[in-house]
Parts: sequence; C-alpha cells; structure tokens
Amino acid sequence: MMMIECPICNEKRPELEFRYAGEAHIARPENPSALSDDEWAKYLFIRNNPRGTHFERWVHAHGCAKFFNAVRDTVSDKFVMTYKCGEQRPSPETIAERSS
Amino acid sequence: MNNFRRVGRGRVNQNAPVEFTFDGATYQGYEGDTLASALLANGVHLVGRSFKYHRPRGILAAGSDEANALVAFDRGPGRVTPNVRATTLELFDGLTAQSQNNWPSLKFDVTSLNDVFSAFFPAGFYNKTFMWPKSFWDKVYEPVIRATAGLGPAPKAEDPDKYEACYAHCETLIVGAGPAGVAAALAAAKQAGRVILVDEQAEPGGSLLSTPEAMIDGLPAADWLARSLDELEKAENVTLMPRTTAIGYYHDNFLGLAERLTDHLKDGEADGPRERLYRVWAKKIILATGAIERPLVFAGNDRPGVMLASAAQTFLNRYGVAVGERIALVTSHDSGYQAAFDLADANSQIVSIIDCRPQVDENLQAEAEKRGIEVRVGWTVTATAGRHRVSSVTTNKVNGDQVDPKGETLSCDAVIMSGGWTPSVHLWSHSKGSLKWREDLAAYVPDQANENAVCVGACNGDFGLGVALETGANAGGGNDSFEVVEPAPWTGDGALEILPTHRDESRVKAFVDFQNDVTAKDIRLAVREGFKSIEHIKRYTTTGMATDQGKTSNLNGLQIASRALNRPVTQVGLTTFRPPYTPTTFGALAGNNGGAAFDVVRKTSIDGWAEENGAVFEPVALWRRARYFPQKGEDMHKAVARECKATRESLGIFDASTLGKIEVVGPDAAEFMNRMYTNPWTKLGVGRCRYGLMLGEDGYIMDDGVIGRLAEDRFHVTTTTGGAPRVLAHMEDYLQTEWPDLDVWLTSITEQWAVIALNGPNARKLIEPFVEGVDLSPDAFPHMAVRECKVCGVDARLFRVSFSGELGFEINVPAHYGRALWEMLYEAGKQYDITPYGTEVMHVLRAEKGFIIVGQDTDGTVTPYDAGMSWAIGKKKTDFVGMRSLARPDIVAEGRKQLVGLKTSDPKTVLEEGAQIVMTPDQPIPMDMVGHVTSSYWSETLGCSVALALVANGHALKGETIYVPMPDKMIKAEIVETIFYDKQGERLNVI
Repeated sequence: MMMIECPICNEKRPELEFRYAGEAHIARPENPSALSDDEWAKYLFIRNNPRGTHFERWVHAHGCAKFFNAVRDTVSDKFVMTYKCGEQRPSPETIAERSS
Repeated sequence: MNNFRRVGRGRVNQNAPVEFTFDGATYQGYEGDTLASALLANGVHLVGRSFKYHRPRGILAAGSDEANALVAFDRGPGRVTPNVRATTLELFDGLTAQSQNNWPSLKFDVTSLNDVFSAFFPAGFYNKTFMWPKSFWDKVYEPVIRATAGLGPAPKAEDPDKYEACYAHCETLIVGAGPAGVAAALAAAKQAGRVILVDEQAEPGGSLLSTPEAMIDGLPAADWLARSLDELEKAENVTLMPRTTAIGYYHDNFLGLAERLTDHLKDGEADGPRERLYRVWAKKIILATGAIERPLVFAGNDRPGVMLASAAQTFLNRYGVAVGERIALVTSHDSGYQAAFDLADANSQIVSIIDCRPQVDENLQAEAEKRGIEVRVGWTVTATAGRHRVSSVTTNKVNGDQVDPKGETLSCDAVIMSGGWTPSVHLWSHSKGSLKWREDLAAYVPDQANENAVCVGACNGDFGLGVALETGANAGGGNDSFEVVEPAPWTGDGALEILPTHRDESRVKAFVDFQNDVTAKDIRLAVREGFKSIEHIKRYTTTGMATDQGKTSNLNGLQIASRALNRPVTQVGLTTFRPPYTPTTFGALAGNNGGAAFDVVRKTSIDGWAEENGAVFEPVALWRRARYFPQKGEDMHKAVARECKATRESLGIFDASTLGKIEVVGPDAAEFMNRMYTNPWTKLGVGRCRYGLMLGEDGYIMDDGVIGRLAEDRFHVTTTTGGAPRVLAHMEDYLQTEWPDLDVWLTSITEQWAVIALNGPNARKLIEPFVEGVDLSPDAFPHMAVRECKVCGVDARLFRVSFSGELGFEINVPAHYGRALWEMLYEAGKQYDITPYGTEVMHVLRAEKGFIIVGQDTDGTVTPYDAGMSWAIGKKKTDFVGMRSLARPDIVAEGRKQLVGLKTSDPKTVLEEGAQIVMTPDQPIPMDMVGHVTSSYWSETLGCSVALALVANGHALKGETIYVPMPDKMIKAEIVETIFYDKQGERLNVI
C-alpha cells in the first residue's frame, strides 16, 4: 500500500485514506460560455497520460477531506511530492531533485 | 509399521508417537512430523491423483513448493480445507486427511482412463473439443468438465473459525529464517530498531534443519541455530514469527503476513483465532527466501516415489525418514550427490547415480566410490515403471547427441532427482524489483531494487552456507564473518531441464507442471500452433497456473519453450509473479470482517419498528429500507396496491431518513448554490423550498432533491439516498479547488436527522396537534415551504413537500427521536387508517406523477432537456456546473433519447423495466432498438399500468405507437406524457 504525504495534515498516511481525483492544474474557465465548442471539449475531456511525471489531484477523503496536488511517476508508481491546491506546479528542477 | 524410519536421525521426537488417519486408514507418526514425512515413514508414496489424467501421484517436495501431494485436511464440519500440501501439514494426534481427485478410490480411479486416452487431451483441449453443438455448452460440457476436473471440493458448511487482522511496524523485516535470514536478524538485533523475522515453517532454520553435518563457528549447524534463535528470542527488539507466510509485497515496503495459529493443534487445544493477517510496514526488507530445487523432465518423472533430491535429504535429516531402500539418483547438478550420500550413510542402497552431464567433478565421484556407489556419467533416463510406486528406472548412455536405444533397467523403490535450483524471487518481483538471467544457474536472479529491499543467500543466486551467512549479516547491518564447514559445497553450474531420449518425444509423457498435468510435448505443441510469448504459452497449456503457481515448473517450461522457439530464454519473456506466495484462506483475508461485519448495513432509527411490523426489506446503496409491509396472506402486489390506495385516499407514513442531507452554510451560500445547481437560488425566500437539479460538468443529470432555505446564509439540501457522498465530494471539489474565495461550509447531516414523510389528504390533520409555532394553514405554510419548529416538543425541521402528488409533509427530527415520533404519529394516525408504506409504493406514487428517480430514469447520459426538465434551469443564469455543456453539439442534436410515458394497449400488461423498444413489430432480428423502459408499475389508483421510458426523439412522438418485444409476445404501447395522475396538481391543495 502506498504511503501518501498529506500536505495539509503534514503526515504520511496509507493510500486507503485517500481518493484519486484526476489530473491537476486544469482550471475551470472563468467564463465557460465564451469558449468555443472545441475549447470546451478540450477542457472537459482531454487529459494527459504521460509516461513519467504526472501532476494529479488527490483528496484526503478519510482524513482532513482536503484536495491537494501531487507529482507521481507513472513508471515507478512512486509519489515524488505533494503540495497544496493553489500552489505553483513544481519546476522540473524541483521534481528532479525530489526524485533523486 | 515405521520401517522407513531411521532411528536416531532427524529432529522429530521419536519418543512421542501420534496417530493419524489418511483415507480412513490409521497410521503412526511422531511429534514433529508433517503428514508427508509420516506417510513416507509408513511406506506410503501414493497420496493423490493428478488434475487432468488422474495419474497416481506421490510426494515431490518437502515444503511449500509441493505440487502433487494435495490433501483435504478435515477438522470437522465446516472445517475441511481442500488442497493442503501434505508437506506443510503438521502432524498431531488425531489428524484426519483424505486424498483428492479420485473416484471411487485412490488406488482404483475410474477417471484415470483419461490417462489412457491422453492423446485426446492435448494442450488447448477444452478450447478445441467442446465447440459444438452450442446447446451442449451449459447443459452437458460444463457440468461434466466441472465434475471431473478440479482439485479438492470446497467445504459446504459455514466456516466456524475466527480470523484476525492487525497492523505491525518495524525497521527491518526479514523474510525467511534460513541461514541468511537468521544471520541478518542477529546483526539487525544489535542495531536500534524493531526487527521482525518471519518463516513459513513451524520451525525456523530452513536448510540448517536438514544439513546436520554442516559446521558454523565450530558448532554443528543445528546447535548454532538453537543458540542463534535463543539470542533472538531474548532480544527485546526482535519478533520471531514462525508459521507465518509473507504472501505479498506491495508498494512502500508494505507486506501481508499470514500467520497460522491453530491448525497444528489437537482438537480442543485451539483457543483464539485460527489465522491472523498482519499488514506490515517496514523501513527495510531483507528477503532470505532461499531457492527451490527443479525437477528433471523425463518420461515417467511423475510416478509416486520420484521426488526432488533435496526433499529426500530433508525427509532423512529432518524427519528421520528414508524415502526408499533402493534409490536411484538422476541428476544434472552437483547438489543432488549429497542427498544420495546421506541416504547411503543411513543404510539405504543407492542403486546408481545417473548424471546426464558429460563430465562430473572428480571429488564427487571419489566420494561416491568411497561409498561403493556406481556413477553413470553421461547417461540419461528414458522411462520409469511401477503402477502405484516406481519400481524401476530405465537408463541409457548418451553419446554426443545420440541416445543409445539399448537401455538398462534398474530396479528401485524411489528415484530422487536434481535439476538445479530456482531462486525464490517471488516477493522481490511483487515489489517490482527487476530480474536478470544467469546462464550458469539457468535461472533469473534479482537485479535492480524498486523498494528499500535486498535479497540475500540463495534467493539472490548466492549458493553456499558461508555466503548466505555473510551476505545475511551484512544486510542486517553487521560485518561478521563465519567459519563454515560444508560436507559438499557446490555452486550453480550444470542445470538442465529436459533429459535426452531416443524415444519419439511426441509420445512420451515427461511432466513439466505436475499439478496441472502439463507435459513437455504440450509446450512444444503450443509453440507449433503459433504461440510465441510465454504469457500465451502459459495460458494455452496452463503450465504454472495451478495452486503452486509453477514454483517447480516455470523455469523448466520457459526453457523448453525457448528451445522449441529457437530463441534465447530472455527473449521468450517471463510470466508475472503475483501474490499470494502460497494459497491463503479467504478467512485470513476477510479477517474480522466476517458475518455481519462483512458488508455493514446502514439502518435508520425507525428500522427496528419496520422489522417488528413485518416489513420486507431491500438494499438501497448501503442502507436497508422497508420495501413494503405485507399483512397476513398478502403478496407484494396486494400489499403495494393496498398501501398505494390508503395513501392516496387517506394517509400514508414513510421512513425517508436515508435521504442524503447536506447543510450549505455561509455568506456566499446562495452564490455557491447558484453555481452547483441548475436552478436560481438568490431570490428563493427564507422558509421556502425549491426542487434542485444537479449536473456534472458534462451536462448530464447527476442528482436531485428538494432544498430548503432556512436562513439567508443556510440551505438544507437533500440528495438521493445513494448519491449523498458523491454530491458532497462534488461540492467540496468545486468549493476547495475552483472557488476557494467563496465563504461557505458544507456539512453532511444525513445521519443527524430522522425523516418521517406523511402523505395523503389527512396528513395536515394528523400533524397539526403535534406542531408548535407554525401556522399550518395552506396560505401560511404553502406547498414547498420549510420551518424550524418543535414537533412533540422536539426541535424539528418541517417541510411541506410531496413526492407522491398528495398533500405531504416531511418531519426532520434529531435521529434518536425518530422512532419515538414515528410511534406517536402512528398511534394518533389510526383514526385516519394510517398506513405505513415502503419504497415500492414511494416508487409507484412518484411514477404516477412522472417524477424521475436519478439513476433509474436517468443513466448518466440524460440531460435536463432529455428528461423534459428545461423548467428547472434558471433562464437568466450565466453559469453553473454543466451549463456550457448543454450547448454542446451532441447535446442539442436530433435523435437523443428523451423521457416519455408509456401506456400499454392492454391496461393490465405491466412492462418489464429494462425492456427494449422498437417502432415496428415485424422486423428481422436484431431489431432497430430506439429506447428502453426505465420505470414500470401497476397503478392501483388508475387501474392500469404506468411506465416511463427513454425513447429516441420521444418528445416529438407523443401519440405514436411503439412495441416492446418480449420472448413470448410483442407488447403494444402508446407514447404519452410522463404525468399520469392529477395533471393539474390539485391534490396538493387539500384543505
């Protein structure tokens, strides 16, 4: 079972307490009505499926109930780091440093 | 009886005889025996029949790698465990076991005719043979196959045993208490930090238990072991866990350990749980899981009496049992020799050592000569004989590539074989550690770690006592060195899987996978038929797919496939190792979650009343809800008709407590509601309610419910019973991640409030005397109003709402008052013939009114337009979740399925929910299906059936005739409005 660091609780907790919530850093458009059908479809349906670094959302469902973001390597299936919603996407340098 | 027992040998207590029963016969063994060793001591080799051919089978191994000797372990009713390996079953006084997979008896098995006709049972036999006629699939083929195939029968009675689950944490977890594991534990014990040492056997020690001649630091191996275990027992930071199998290795050094606590105890001695499953997190894992000896593949290698050389050595040195009196060794590896020497030294005759290698170490030959044992270098085995036990072995000289067809037949009563060793990399592979091929071992060994883990000793491909101890100690954080004397040290060289033969290889049965009866020719056939990947070959031939997961067979199968494909092993692939390492009971996996705790049922505070009053329940999400309350002699149809009639005519009472309830509170609550629901909320007055429709961002209906505004900044939101957690998570998601600027709090209040719904013309009259502080007159408290008040002196939230079309009230009271209030209302309601009703009537009443049930009339692809609910969308709103999607091209396109009502031509015909709809009755099959029935009931009130359906372009087809094809008839119906009853809604206005 994976251990996941909740950046709100500041604790590593078992995967059982968490739920996956899709790709991170996809902001809902400010004014959806202003978007073309294609733009809206892209927001709604198109997601990354990278081999390697993936930015994703998790929710500490059976803990503090807060959503947060994580960087996970889809090859090794290991968490590189987690951080609070609203914080900047970590830079490749930070990720490289945390991965090593 | 015990004529194969060697007095003074082994670790069993030869002063403590115990009696046991196998297939009805009573035998004697000793304390410390396994069922296998005790049977062998009694000269019993035939212990089972094979899976497919029902061939007689004996004991192949001495541990958990056993493939043949599977027995049913009988501890009484509900306590029969099938497929237990006789080699791991600890003997106790009164043990009872039976052989499996034979009829009528082990010695005379009728189904062994399969063996005679084995030419008709090649690889892929099931797929090829039972093709036609189709009508035979489930009537003839499956029952017959099921009856004759398979292993032991599953027990029929409920398991009366208890199982436990718990967690453990440590700094170092060591799997395997052989020399490497014990050395690792000794070193780790000296560091700070908790150490857990687990071993699957009853007695820790591994190979140290069966090599009495080895010396460590001047002590015999067994004495060194005893001293070390004593030291570990005394160390405060060490937990020693025998009879515990590490069944799986998961992410982040998380392992499952299955501990067996009572199976080895006599009847009546057992106290507490039978097994315990530990979930362990460890900082560091040391795998000292050893290696498994490989059988050699030759014709007749499955006969009882043919077994692994290391197993024979273990039976002799650990259990004091000689596996035969005249034994032949067939080997392609140095390690087999010591087993033969030990047996010779224990007064068994070694009739010959047949070594198929062209050259053999001179020291080994000298040792053999010293004992007067003949060694045939460069010989092969081409056949064995013997019906229920091997009686001879035929050996032929190999000259280069040629096998001399003239063989010699050697009489014997056991054949021991050694084809090299396979490191046990199972757990390492579970952890996604990589493997590399070692040509000298002809085996895969660990390469790169994926977790904080290290393999030591034989499981790392490092064979030999000295290296096991040193690498073990090293991994444990020590740098001890050990002075080791081994009688016959060996390395890995010389493994070979299949023995050469002069016979037609397509005709001989040389077994690779003993448990699934897969032969070398099956693998070659699979390759000829075009299978190239080992994953496909495995599934086609079923090699490695039995309960032993190919512990003894996988590498042999792989190499035979590699040769048949003429490609190197590394290009053929390797099948995936999956947990559990050995079969694990469902009890251990269920742990404490058995019986009522298996799938916990949620009950409302009124559930007890419903039960006492004869309710029939149905599961709704995790809840159980009263479906109807049958009176004497009533079936469901009659009960539902009565409950419907009573509610429409006078008064019905219904437990609505399971409704999801969420309180949305804060200065921005109305704005938040505007964004989450299609409806407008800003202008909804305090004390008023509105039906709310929630969409996903994709525009499809996700949930609905009545929402009351208790204050400017406070909404009491209700959701569907099953949707409550989903709706709260959906709200939290948007609130936290999209609009963190909104000052809103969300609280689940589902379980805080019991909800009693009263519906019918007399509802107001009933509740009026109980309600304090609210004027219930229609003008003061109109339909879709809410008040906080007291009911029977208890704080309540009173809603005037209706899901039935009748005058309706929903009283929310703190959950623990639910039943008391229910009983008071029920008592007082008797003057109005108050009738409790369940979910079935709730469904009928709402369907008569055309109210949808989200998840029944919608399926995640239905928009508000499709459902005919455009009225629920706030026309002036510029945004809400799902709004933009309502303008997507696919959603505004023609031809979408839309919700309509159906009226059957024959009013008595009730359609089946889920039935498909077609436009014309006489089409060829498959017909052009245009929709399906979503809800359908008999309406006692209207005297006809009512149904809702999703039909393509349905809204434009009002008045059209559609057809519902059923197996025995074609039902004709008309598309109508979704509202069947009281279209004007006048019944809400009863004074």
